[in-house]
Amino acid sequence: MHIPDGFIDGTTSAGAAVVVAGGLGATLRRAGEVLDERRVPLAGLVAAFVFAVQMLNVPVASGTSGHLLGGALAAVLVGPAVGAVCVSVVLGVQALLFADGGLSALGLNILNMALVTAFGGYAVFVLARRVMSRTPSSVVVAAGFAAAVSVVLSALAFTLEYAVGGTGTASVPTVAGAMVGVHVLIGIGEGVITALVVGAVLATRPDLVWGARDLAIDQAATSHVAEKVAS
Amino acid sequence: MKGVSRPVRFGFGAFIAAGLIVALVLAFFVSPSASGNPDGLNKVAIDKGFADAEKDHAFGDAPTAGYEVRGVDDDRLSTGLAGIIGVAVTFSVAGGAMLIVRRARRTSPAEAVPH
Repeated sequence: MHIPDGFIDGTTSAGAAVVVAGGLGATLRRAGEVLDERRVPLAGLVAAFVFAVQMLNVPVASGTSGHLLGGALAAVLVGPAVGAVCVSVVLGVQALLFADGGLSALGLNILNMALVTAFGGYAVFVLARRVMSRTPSSVVVAAGFAAAVSVVLSALAFTLEYAVGGTGTASVPTVAGAMVGVHVLIGIGEGVITALVVGAVLATRPDLVWGARDLAIDQAATSHVAEKVAS
Repeated sequence: MKGVSRPVRFGFGAFIAAGLIVALVLAFFVSPSASGNPDGLNKVAIDKGFADAEKDHAFGDAPTAGYEVRGVDDDRLSTGLAGIIGVAVTFSVAGGAMLIVRRARRTSPAEAVPH
């Protein structure tokens, strides 16, 4: 899903970069408010894990591969603001060190793969949890569902950008159909992997799952420790 | 709350360490086996005729461009090392950025006022 230089015209790319810089600034401030300082390494881990799994392209259809975007996963684990920052760091490192994702398209890529997936994915997660029971397994299912939807939202965001400033000659409905079609498949994989990872963290350190804070799993023991550290 | 089962089995440090090991293993050992097929967007670009619009990457000559470490001839090792570098850099930058915004937040005048 990384947009290279040239797919979207310079004006649209630059405009998106300005909007995203503002949005990312606000997201950073929000992230600073919500992240407990003791848990800062968790943000590093989420970014590192998303980077690693983004390297793992798997075949999804004839001649096509896909990899985890990770925005919804990050949002469920550390909250949408910190999660969006983590994935933005991944995208920045990929563009600057590994020539993956165009420099002029960095704003677009952060918009599509960090902001839309983390905030959009988390919104879907919250809505999905509302219609399910308050159990850890509901968190796992909601996370998987939200992750799948987030990939399609990301594909739609690209389509919108293509409609505004795409350099190609293919019509917008054609691109929209193709993008959604292939990303529904990739989204299914995203959903399964996200559910597995959230399930694994819930099984080991449920108190570290932002999206499961309301379940208060073993909060008595962990909050006791937290108070001691804070005082 | 003693009657509640305690699913917490890892200390925080151990959890972070275990997570990093998983990320490093995936980046070093698994990523060289990743599919080289175009991803969803690139496939659409090829099928719908705008793949040619792609321009060369400004940092295409970087020593780690394309997830390959320049000077390392073995393809698997080269990609694996790029993965290790990426995991280390993303962990440091994301952790460092969060530490900076967290500290800036805590020491700002607004935060000094008790609420």
